[in-house]
Amino acid sequence: MSEHNESQSDEETENRFFDKPRNVAIILWVFYAICAALVIMDFIVHRHIYTQIEEIPAFYALYGFVACVVLVLIATQMRKVLMRGEDYYDKSNDEGHE
Amino acid sequence: MWITNLPPFIPFFIAACLLTLLPRKARYAMLLLPVWGGLNLWFGAQEGNWLTYSIAEFELQLMKVDRLSLMFGYLFHIAAFIALIYSLHVKDRLQQVAGLLYAGSALGAVFSGDLLSLFIFWELLALTSVWLIWARRTEKATKAGLRYLIFQVLSGVLLLAGTLIHYSQTGSLAFEFIGLDSIASWIILIALGIKCGFPFLHTWLTDAYPEATPTGTVFLSAFTTKVAIFALARIFPGTELLVYIGAAMTCFPIFYAVIENDLRKVLAYSLINQLGFMVCGIGIGTALALNGAVAHAFNDVIFKGLLFMTMGAVLHRVGHVNGSNLGGLYKTMPKTTVFCIVGAASISAFPLFSGFVSKSMVMAAMIDAGHEYLWLMLLFASAGVFHHAGIKIPFFAFFAHDSGLRPKEAPANMLTAMFIASCLCIFIGSYPDLMYSLLPWENDYVPYDITHVLTQLQLLFFSALAFVWLNKKGLYPPELRSVNLDVEWLYRKLLPSAAMQVRTIASQLNNGMQQQILGLITRLPDIKESSTYSAAHLTKRMAGLLAILLLLGYLGKTL
Repeated sequence: MSEHNESQSDEETENRFFDKPRNVAIILWVFYAICAALVIMDFIVHRHIYTQIEEIPAFYALYGFVACVVLVLIATQMRKVLMRGEDYYDKSNDEGHE
Repeated sequence: MWITNLPPFIPFFIAACLLTLLPRKARYAMLLLPVWGGLNLWFGAQEGNWLTYSIAEFELQLMKVDRLSLMFGYLFHIAAFIALIYSLHVKDRLQQVAGLLYAGSALGAVFSGDLLSLFIFWELLALTSVWLIWARRTEKATKAGLRYLIFQVLSGVLLLAGTLIHYSQTGSLAFEFIGLDSIASWIILIALGIKCGFPFLHTWLTDAYPEATPTGTVFLSAFTTKVAIFALARIFPGTELLVYIGAAMTCFPIFYAVIENDLRKVLAYSLINQLGFMVCGIGIGTALALNGAVAHAFNDVIFKGLLFMTMGAVLHRVGHVNGSNLGGLYKTMPKTTVFCIVGAASISAFPLFSGFVSKSMVMAAMIDAGHEYLWLMLLFASAGVFHHAGIKIPFFAFFAHDSGLRPKEAPANMLTAMFIASCLCIFIGSYPDLMYSLLPWENDYVPYDITHVLTQLQLLFFSALAFVWLNKKGLYPPELRSVNLDVEWLYRKLLPSAAMQVRTIASQLNNGMQQQILGLITRLPDIKESSTYSAAHLTKRMAGLLAILLLLGYLGKTL
């Protein structure tokens, strides 16, 4: 089970790097900048095109974004049908052995 | 120093026997074994077919050495070495002995020259690995282990059946290309498919792997599925059906991975996704595709092992790996966090990490072969992999909200094993030529050019952007303690329920019939001692009955 780290005080572990909102904000802005740069690169650099669909500008960026959004939305809907309690299979097994 | 053409399973089996007898300190010595074994393979093995034995009318071949089996041989030695280091702290000797036997069986399987030897090692794989699940010693693990064993043994039985039918039809037991053209080959395909995690045959993987011990799952993830991929690459390369099966395998698990709570089960679904890329590659059958499949298998063992190791470390220190109850672990487990990120980057095919140099080969082969729609599916799956394995696992385990848990960093042996695996991931990713030189077929693929790097970075960064956006909008599904229904519902719920129904109906029928018969018995006349039923009366009745019978017989004879 979890063990408390005695050598570090609670205060030290409570306010670390990712706890400060400013750090998280900086990371996110760097991230957005890289995303923008990648799209801009798409118009500067000559990409080798192997299939017709790749001709769409920033195809991979668009596909990555849309694919993930679609994935998560479908998965969320799937959950409505498929989700059960944690002991779903264990309960039925117990009843079966009575 | 080196023994020429020694079947590599022998040192492992001997070590397993020794380990049961020697004192506990000796387990450090067992680490030398995969090192020696791997080097022996490198220096002592010659390409060709060796060690052929005749038993009855069958010819068994224990040492078929070619570039394909050598590559898997080296891979399994590396995997065994890392897994053994990872398991050094375990006091339960059962796990290490089982692990050694399991690794040995896998090596025996890939160096088999005939299908019967393959079958023997195939079943040994099952029998040795189930102990790694049972070693957890919980009720859930015991039952999961039984279900696992049933699937694996079934796979072996099908393999044997297919082999024997094939032998009776062709007279050949050779472990080589067969292709999908007879009933026997279909049976063998299903046998391999079970161990590969084909759709509908995959549930043993997602059921059993999360139930094994932390070290057990690291062993499990490395061998069974890769032996199956090896067999598939030997027997069915170029079978078009596999391209479609593989594409399906890459797509369906990622949906489950997004909503699954147990992070090791997420990794199990992710494993099926990766196997899908390999199966696709085998199905396409060109040199590039097959090389890609084998290279991806090589890389997958290492980065999947790394990911399972990091989650195993969390499990070891915290007691569970439920994403819903983790978070903020980077504070007290920083090294494990870093290793997890390395593994995540590798599985997502981030440039400079191992996945990039192999997955792109399969993708390129897909396009070359003209499968554009399936290629789009694989691209979808690639984005999805980054989402659930690249982002979700490190994020929910180590970052996200602070769960208040402050577990100690993983023990030194685990950190060492993870470090070695991480180094390999980065080394292979940044300098792939060494791994490429091992590839069985002709290879001139160049992974690092502007197009590949730019397009892959775009795909990955915008998948991450989607994650950030969905979270900010509150659309991202939370981690919840739950079970999600998969195909296993059929045999874990439907079948037992149906059996219960049958039992209820049967017992009702039984009771009903018993009552009927009892009722009939009570209505039978009592034998009283009154005059009506005296012996004389009965005798008269018997005589009369006899007379009637004689009359009937006489009539019957004359008419």
